[in-house]
Amino acid sequence: MIWELRAQGGLAYAFVERQLALMRRYWLWELVWVIYSITTSLAVAYIGLAQPIITGTAVDEAVTSRFVLYLLIGTIAWRFLGIVFEDIAEIIAWERWEGTIEYTFMAPVPRLTQLLGMAVGTIVRAAVIAVAVLFAVMLFIPVDLSHANALSAFALLGVGTLAFIGLGIGSACFPLLWTEKGLQMAYIVQAVVLLVSGVYYPTSVLPGWLQALSVISPATYVIEGMRRALIDGADLPSLWPLAWPALLVGAISIPLGLRLFLAAERYAKRTGRLKRSG
Amino acid sequence: MLAIREPGAKPHGAGSVALAARGVSKRFRSSRARSPVRAVDDVSLEVRRGEIYGLLGANGSGKSTLIRMFSTLLEPDGGKVHVFGLDIGAEELAVKRLINRVSVEASFFKKLSAMENLVYAGRLYGLGPDAVRAKARDILRRLGIPDDRMVEPLEKLSRGMQQKVAIARAFLSAPMLLLLDEPTTGLDIRSKREVQTFVRDLRDEHDATILLTTHDLDEAERLADRIGIIHGGRLVAEGTADELTHRYGARDLEEAFMSLTGRRIEEADVAEGEAGS
Repeated sequence: MIWELRAQGGLAYAFVERQLALMRRYWLWELVWVIYSITTSLAVAYIGLAQPIITGTAVDEAVTSRFVLYLLIGTIAWRFLGIVFEDIAEIIAWERWEGTIEYTFMAPVPRLTQLLGMAVGTIVRAAVIAVAVLFAVMLFIPVDLSHANALSAFALLGVGTLAFIGLGIGSACFPLLWTEKGLQMAYIVQAVVLLVSGVYYPTSVLPGWLQALSVISPATYVIEGMRRALIDGADLPSLWPLAWPALLVGAISIPLGLRLFLAAERYAKRTGRLKRSG
Repeated sequence: MLAIREPGAKPHGAGSVALAARGVSKRFRSSRARSPVRAVDDVSLEVRRGEIYGLLGANGSGKSTLIRMFSTLLEPDGGKVHVFGLDIGAEELAVKRLINRVSVEASFFKKLSAMENLVYAGRLYGLGPDAVRAKARDILRRLGIPDDRMVEPLEKLSRGMQQKVAIARAFLSAPMLLLLDEPTTGLDIRSKREVQTFVRDLRDEHDATILLTTHDLDEAERLADRIGIIHGGRLVAEGTADELTHRYGARDLEEAFMSLTGRRIEEADVAEGEAGS
């Protein structure tokens, strides 16, 4: 049992190592992505700072600072979760583009091991980018983290990561089923999750039918929980009502996503779609 | 530790047959054709352990479809395939441990070096990076790739060099059954000869069984112990080059191919290509 776990760990590490090697080789693209992430996060934060000017009303400095932090938590947490989702959802499309899909899928690696290895690799990448964005933004804008409970925030982010891994695996099925349009479908899933999850605003402002969707989005709970932890210093027990729904989505989405992925792989093998050119 | 087998070591369920296909068929739906296209039609063949079996056919004759089914990338519509006694459908993971494949395109992570690609490939087969590096260096040197080119991004290597790296990748895992899908297509004469010599040497040194698809008559004759001729998705003849030549009263393999298919292989390439496009 332990030997088997170690063996699977070794196989999963192949994907982590590959991901890191690709990051090194595509370092210029990674740099572009970091700069893009920093500028978009800054742009969002400046909306907060400009609130008194935009609304034409005097706003207390503490309120503005809170609003800026509210927006920043949303944008940086979304950046992290978005990268996790995208990298996993792009597994098939990326391997097709590189031309390696047949070799990866022909190797004696259980699909769960492959996907977990990819997930670890992408978490490392997402963390590097998110930390770079946070530090860069702090150089431009004063961020008040004096009340922050970092442990609670990281715990929420961890729970959210699991849920997004599941969503990513499920969405990675699309390129297996539809070789040309599949990836666009995955991006639509991501866009809808962004819209309904209260990344930049409370979900209460959404129309009722969109609020219904926000209930099933793990990001809704994760980002709200991170705000409470980082702005108000909420501890873990008080965040449990937000943690368990996200945990539940992860507990459902990972096995369900894997099952869907295996079914899509089988379909691709029957129809000849498991190849580089689709 | 690199999993190079001792000569004579047998895999699970090993017998004298490395690959057995029985009545294998595959059809594809095409948006242009009204009825499904029959790519492989009721093919049965056996490849004996330690043998180099050449599957000879024009472009579009069904060779690659057959190889993709043998390498677990494509599910047959009908028939059964066993690799060293293991059913490729029911025991897929076990089969994957025994096989490897080289395709006509040397498919790699283009920005990674040959060595990085090979270390990754080795890890997928449970091999440690140090052992892979040593073995990969040895194979790549034998194939004429200098040490300094091994650490360059693969996109900077010529097509011939990339194909040699692909062959090194396939041999790293010491497969019991190696599927070579037109491995020398597009290579210059010198690279082609180097690859052919390497394939033969490795078969002799490591007791590998090789299924080779080609539309190069000379390559089939040079490498294969037995040759199967595939035409229109059907295996139309099988035997050694001499047997095929004598059986069809031909002077050489090319004439035998013509007797069986009604075309020279170059003409068949064009005809199948037009039918497929």
